[in-house]
Amino acid sequence: MAVPLSAYIVVSAVLFTTGLIGVLIRRNFIIVLMSVEIMLNAANINLVAFSHYLESMAGQIIALFIIAIAAGEAAVGLAIIIVVFRGKISTNVDEMNLLKW
Amino acid sequence: MVPIFFVYFSLVSIVAGVFTVALRSPVHCGLALLTLLLHVAGLFVLLNAEFLFAVQIIVYAGAILVLYLFVLMLLNLKSDERYLHSKYVVMLFAAIAICGELVLLMMQSPFSGSKGDAPAEAVLKEGASYAVGIKMFSEYLLAFEIVGVFLLGAIIGAIVLAKTPVNGETEKGAVR
Repeated sequence: MAVPLSAYIVVSAVLFTTGLIGVLIRRNFIIVLMSVEIMLNAANINLVAFSHYLESMAGQIIALFIIAIAAGEAAVGLAIIIVVFRGKISTNVDEMNLLKW
Repeated sequence: MVPIFFVYFSLVSIVAGVFTVALRSPVHCGLALLTLLLHVAGLFVLLNAEFLFAVQIIVYAGAILVLYLFVLMLLNLKSDERYLHSKYVVMLFAAIAICGELVLLMMQSPFSGSKGDAPAEAVLKEGASYAVGIKMFSEYLLAFEIVGVFLLGAIIGAIVLAKTPVNGETEKGAVR
């Protein structure tokens, strides 16, 4: 008995939804970035599942690129958090609503 | 055997994802995210993607998550009473709208297509890393190089952003 492709897609959709809700409703900037990582992982599951079921290697390559982009995004995002925190602004996304003043 | 592992990995990763979003303390969220990443790596093994499994554990769980934990330790955040966004009802409606569209699109998509050139037997014969390597350094070489340049830019950007400002530069520094 093999696992159907739609099962993987349901898992990835549920994870993506969780991450989306986290991005939209959480207040802490770091948790928002973690939710973005959840969404990227959901996309990776989808890509690898299609790559397996459609017998093509392209999905795994793109998933590797997504992991690299996620690493860059985490580094730059966390650097921005450090800069914002050093400026004595809180790291809550609903309080940092001005750019430079 | 595979369906049992699939159910275990997917259930644990979904629960860990919900915990990552729902828990109050950022460190607990980070640990839930670690659980999620490890179990997603397990799903990759079930899909014959051993190379991605290793990359997921080394890069995600080993590097990105440690980066998050370092920043959490550096910042010493206090966990607030109110942990939701101040306009979270509006945001929740937006989330529900996007999720509805997602479900709608999934209902009408065919989930199939033309088969590629890498059936499971061919991949298993030489190993997943071999297949990924051959493909990446022939067809996707340009994208690979572009990702390398992107990572260099991200490293330089992160260093420039997080650099401690020198005295005297603080008045005209980036923030305040």
